Parts: sequence; C-alpha cells; structure tokens
Amino acid sequence: MIEQEWAIILARAQFAFTVSFHFLFPAFSIGLASFLAVLEGLWLKTGRGVYANLYRYWLKIFAVVFAMGVVSGIVMSYQFGTNWSVFSDKAGPVIGPLMAYEVLTAFFLEAGFLGVMLFGINKVGPKLHFAATLAVAVGTFISAFWILSVNSWMHTPVGYEIAANGQFMPGDSWWTIVFNPSFPYRLVHTLLAAYLTTAFIVGAVGAWHLLKDRTNLGARKMFSMAMWMATIVAPLQILAGDFHGLNTLEHQPAKVMAMEGHYQSHPDGAPLILFGIPNSAERQVDYAVEIPKVSSLILKHDLNAPLAGLDTIPDADEPPVGIVFWAFRIMVGIGFAMLSIGLWSLFARWRKQLYDWPLLHKCALAMGPSGLVAVLAGWVVTEVGRQPFTIYGLLRTADSASPLDAPAVAASLAAFVVVYFAVFGMGIWYLLRLMQKPPEAHEPELSDAPIRTAGVTPAAAVLEGEPK
Amino acid sequence: MIDLTIVWAAIIGFAIIAYVVMDGFDLGIGILFPLFAVGKDRDTAMNSIAPVWDGNETWLVMGVGGLLAAFPLAYAIILPALYAPMIAMLLGLVFRGVAFEFRWRDPAHREFWDRAFTAGSVVATFAQGIALGALLQGITVEGRAYAGGWWEWLTPFSMLTGLGLLVGYALLGACWINWKAEGGLQQQAVTYAGRLGIALLVMIGAISAASLTLEAQYSQRWLSFPGVLATAQVPLATLIVTFLFYRALRLRKDAQPFFWALGLFGLCLVGLGVSIWPDVIPARVTIWEAAAPYRSQVFMLIGAGIMIPIILAYTAWSYWVFRGKVGHEGYH
Repeated sequence: MIEQEWAIILARAQFAFTVSFHFLFPAFSIGLASFLAVLEGLWLKTGRGVYANLYRYWLKIFAVVFAMGVVSGIVMSYQFGTNWSVFSDKAGPVIGPLMAYEVLTAFFLEAGFLGVMLFGINKVGPKLHFAATLAVAVGTFISAFWILSVNSWMHTPVGYEIAANGQFMPGDSWWTIVFNPSFPYRLVHTLLAAYLTTAFIVGAVGAWHLLKDRTNLGARKMFSMAMWMATIVAPLQILAGDFHGLNTLEHQPAKVMAMEGHYQSHPDGAPLILFGIPNSAERQVDYAVEIPKVSSLILKHDLNAPLAGLDTIPDADEPPVGIVFWAFRIMVGIGFAMLSIGLWSLFARWRKQLYDWPLLHKCALAMGPSGLVAVLAGWVVTEVGRQPFTIYGLLRTADSASPLDAPAVAASLAAFVVVYFAVFGMGIWYLLRLMQKPPEAHEPELSDAPIRTAGVTPAAAVLEGEPK
Repeated sequence: MIDLTIVWAAIIGFAIIAYVVMDGFDLGIGILFPLFAVGKDRDTAMNSIAPVWDGNETWLVMGVGGLLAAFPLAYAIILPALYAPMIAMLLGLVFRGVAFEFRWRDPAHREFWDRAFTAGSVVATFAQGIALGALLQGITVEGRAYAGGWWEWLTPFSMLTGLGLLVGYALLGACWINWKAEGGLQQQAVTYAGRLGIALLVMIGAISAASLTLEAQYSQRWLSFPGVLATAQVPLATLIVTFLFYRALRLRKDAQPFFWALGLFGLCLVGLGVSIWPDVIPARVTIWEAAAPYRSQVFMLIGAGIMIPIILAYTAWSYWVFRGKVGHEGYH
C-alpha cells in the first residue's frame, strides 16, 4: 500500500476513535438531562422526597459525564481541519455555519444554565432552578440538532451550488440545507437511541441496588421509571429505525444492500438474511440463514418486489460490506433485546413482581451498557455505509483528507489512544464508583460548590458533596 | 454596503482576543503552579480560576469554529500546517481540564494531578505560541492546500514565540493571583510579576526584531517612511504601558497590574495587525481570498449578532459573582 493510502486509513481510524469515544458521553447525557428534568418536574408537582433524592443522585453522575463530553468534543472541532482539510475547505461554506450555530446556541444555554442547575437551587429557588434544568435539557437537544443536521447533509446533500473553485456553496435556502432529506429521520432515531441508552443505564443501576436491597425506595423508583421508558421507547425506536431504513433505501441504496448482505439483485423478492458471513471476494454470504422474500416485505412492503443488489453498484462506490452487515445485526439484536426487557418488565409489573424478580434484575443489569453498544454500532452502520464518500456521491473520502504524512497521523493517533484511555478510563471509573453507592434517603446537595461558566463541570466539587 | 468579510475578520479577531484575555491567565496559573506551596496556596490558586476557566476555553472553540465557517480556506490550510502543535494543544487541554477536577476527587493522587495540570498548561501554551510563530514565519501554500512537511513549524523563531507566550501567560497568571489572593501568596505573585514583566519585554523585543527579517512585507510595513511615524507609536506605547504596570505593582494595586499586563498583550496584537492585515494567513492568503460566500456570512451573522452579546453578558455576570479575593475556603 502506498503511503498516502496509509495516511488516509490512519486519519479515518483517528476520527473513528475520537468520535466514538466522544459520542458515548452525549448519548448518555442527552437522555440523562431529560430524565433529570422529569425528576425535578415530578418533585415540584408531587413534593415527594424520593424524586428530589433521585435528582441529586443522578445530577452528580450527569456532571461527570457532561464534563467528559465537552472535553472530548473540543477535539472534534479541530479534527475537521487537522485531518480533513480538503473536506473542510470544500464543505466549509455549507457546514461551517451550522456548526457555528451549535457553538453559539447550545454552548450558550449550557454556559448560562448548567452552573445554576448544578449549584444554584438555594440561590434561585425551585421554579427558576427547574427552568435551568429544562434549559440544559433543551441545550443538549439543540446541540444534537445542529450536529446531526451537518452529519445528515453529508449523507443527503441538497440545497448547494458548486463554485468554480470546487467549493460547495449554500443555495438560496438554508432551510433546505438544514432540513435535508435524511435529517428528520436521523434526528429522531438518534434522540430515541439516547433516551434508550439512558434508560438502560438507569435501569441497570436500579437493578443492581434492588438485587442488594429490594426495599430501597430510590432504587425501586428509578428501576420502574427506566422500565417504563424501555417498554414505551423500544418499540417506537424499532419503528423509527424502520422509517430511517426506508429513507436510506431511497437516498443511499448501497448502504442498505450492505446492511442486508445483498450482493446480488433479487428480481422476485429478496430474502432476509438473519446471519451469515459476508464474503466480498465471492460476492455471497456464506452459511446464510435466511427467510425468503422477507427483505422485500420489510423494505418494499411486498413479498415479490424486486430488490437491487450490490451488483448494480460500481465497485469503486461500494461500502465495506462486512463491517456494515455485522454492525447492523448488533444494533438490531440489541434493539430487540431491549424490547424484550421492556415487555418482560410490563409482565412483571402486571404480576406485581417488578421489584422481586432477581432474574429480571440480573438481565437488566447485564443490559446496562447495551445502549452505548447499540449507539456505536448504529453509528458504524451509517458512517461506514456511506463510504467511500464523505459527502455522499459527491466527494470521496480519499479526496477529503489533509496532505499529511502517515507517520504524523500515526503518532497523533497513538497519543489520542493513550490519553483517552487513561483520562476517560479514570473518569468512567469515578462514574462507576458513584453508581455503586445506593441512592440515599437524603442525598446531599451540591450547594457550596462553584458556579461554572460553561462546559466542563466540576466533578471535584460535585463529588466532594458526597457524604463524608 | 458593509463588507461582511471585514466584519467576520473582526469577529474572529475578537474571539481570539477574548480567548487570550480570559484563558491566558488561567493557563498562566497552571504554568506557575509548581512554584506555589503545596496545600492552602495551591488550593487558593486553583480556586481563583475554578469558576471561570472552562467558560474561557469556550472562546477557543468559538475562534476555530468561526474560522471554519467564515474562512474555510484558512481553516483548511492552517490546521494541517500546524498539525503537531494543534494535537499537542488539544491533548494538553484535555489533560489539564480533567486534572483540574480529578485533583479534588482523588486526594491520594493529588500530587500527580497537580503535575498533570502544569504539564497540560505548559504544553497548551507552548503549542499556541509555536502556532503563532509558525504562521508569522510563513507556511508553504500551494493552490488551496498546505504543501509543507509536518515539521515545518519547528524553527528557532517558533520556539522563541512559544517561549514568549509562556512568559506572557505566566505574567497574566501572576497578576491574577496578585488580584485574587492575600498574604504570602500574593507577595509571591508580586515578585513573579515583577520578574516576568522584564522577561516579557525582552521577549517582545526579540520576537519583534526577529519578525522583521521574516517577510519583506513586515519590515516594509514597520520601517518605511512616513508609515514609521505611525508604527513607532506601538513600541512607544509598549514602554509607557510597561512603566504604568510597574508603577501599579509598586503601589500594591490589586487589579491594575493585571489590566496593564493585558494592555501589553493588546499592543502585541496591534503590532501583529500592523504586520499581517489584511491577511488571514500572513503574507499568503488574504481574508477576501479565504472568505466564505456572502450567504454563509449573512446566515451566521444573524446568529452571532444575537448570541455573542448574550454570551458576553453572562460571562461578565459570572465574573461579577466571583469578584473580590478568594477566601481560604475558596468557592469549593
């Protein structure tokens, strides 16, 4: 392989590594911010102490997660330029303003209200404090809105003109660019994924404490709330995923072909391949376990509808099949496991056994990190499935990278790996320590710690607020 | 009609100034940190920046995000050209940011996190200084891309600017401590500020003199007659501000030395402007060559026009909340 190809592969690895690490934190904190808003709302409405205690319990965890999300996010804002400079030059006039809006609107809300949310309840009173919590929840949503709009535009670019110098220029309507065809689907699918991720982490923490003490009121409440979330959102998510898939079929058919493992076209109904080993050399899926015609049923809502395969796609435009195929099955498998847990909990609720069914609790505990895994797998499906393009159909990944030597990228990748595992590993360990403590009947406040102006929150101050 | 390219150059310039003004002193405290006594003094130094440092770093994201949006070509050329320093800066900031928090969390390893705090601050500052030097000395541009190697930034001049920024930020840090601390720690800070002031003046002189040899454009801007009558005011003002800085220090003023030190930074930025305006990449690419199209500029200007004043108001408010000396308890 020539050096330039190595440089691109390393740059892709570095972006994948840093964005995956980063994505874990917002995937959790978006849902957690909403969960906190719900808890505080319930507390204000009912006056029940259990909600206030749960709020304080999860606020400590939120602070640490949010901090790591911001720190790892700063890196991303530079990496478009350091490693993908040609892309940045060409796409900057379109995506740059959207990202600038993310900084201006989301950072502002976080800057303005996170400090109040973390430390301000005694300073501003409960109602204003609830407004601050809502503002932070909305801020995480706005942040997701803009960055997913950028990402979606790269999948389904519309509303642009190409200038003489090769740059993508905005057309007459920013509305068209922001609400590009895949954006609504991707936004809904990603936000629901964030909610499910949070639900299963909260559920696992509740389950862990129920296994040790089934009378702990806080543990019962958080487990119950998390399971409601799973019961309701998991089916919605499967539905949303289906719509997103149909949207992808319309705009990026090659990605769906890779997800399905359809190397060949099927003129009279395509089979649904449940499992198998994609073999790109032989253009077939080895050891395939398949249900005839069901893929056509899902994608075209007709058993006999013809479905094109990768044989209709030029080799140079084909995404890597194996990675997409496997990541898709991991994501879908977890989705259905989540659905099962949700239904099981509903059954347990009906039998009045929600808090006394250790097997359910053990399964919920095992499913704790499942949302994070599913989110990453889903991300791999959509991003690897877009290859070999950065701007789908218009700009190739190979033509997007910075003019860097492979050793430079290799060195930076190694540095990122070492620092991220050390630093964020430490942070995750602190999180697990916080989660290991059962929710107390009187969770301490965070009252005497500093108000922060933005972003990184004071894990230190938060953690110091623990009982001594 | 107003030229939006100039407006955006002004906004980016403002973000850079805001960043240097606000993050400079807290990086400086990181640089000076090992010199403070373990225990109360270090905690006070840390507490004096605890409520504000992370908001300060927002401006760094604002600067680079704005550059991508308003001058995509400049973003696309500068970041690869400064690849190693930029990566080092980011890792330094990551390390420093969490070290800052973890030192309170993990008293058993506080010594380790204190070192990480200093190392992260020094690396980030040095990298920023190198970046400035590398841009001033000229980077290799071909067409719409950086065309140099990945060590091009490494020269004696960029080492000099890296060192200069270390001295400058350390001075701001010492002045901040002088403002926010009391007793022995404040005395210590005054001593450091006095020494660092001289050192910074030497660095400014050396960097200015060296920069005149870099590009014909620079020496012509500064030295040709009659422009020299105007440009000579910058070094003159530098000497006056230095005098005022030492006077305030001698009179034991709390806040004044900090603002005079900022004044020195401001004059450096004016000097920078004289050398490079209207280039976004010095002597290579002008702001108009790199500018995003009109539609992008307008769209963003609406958001920036509304949000930047609100952000500034909030920032000012949070500094107001934490005005005055840091008590022994700090904010923690």
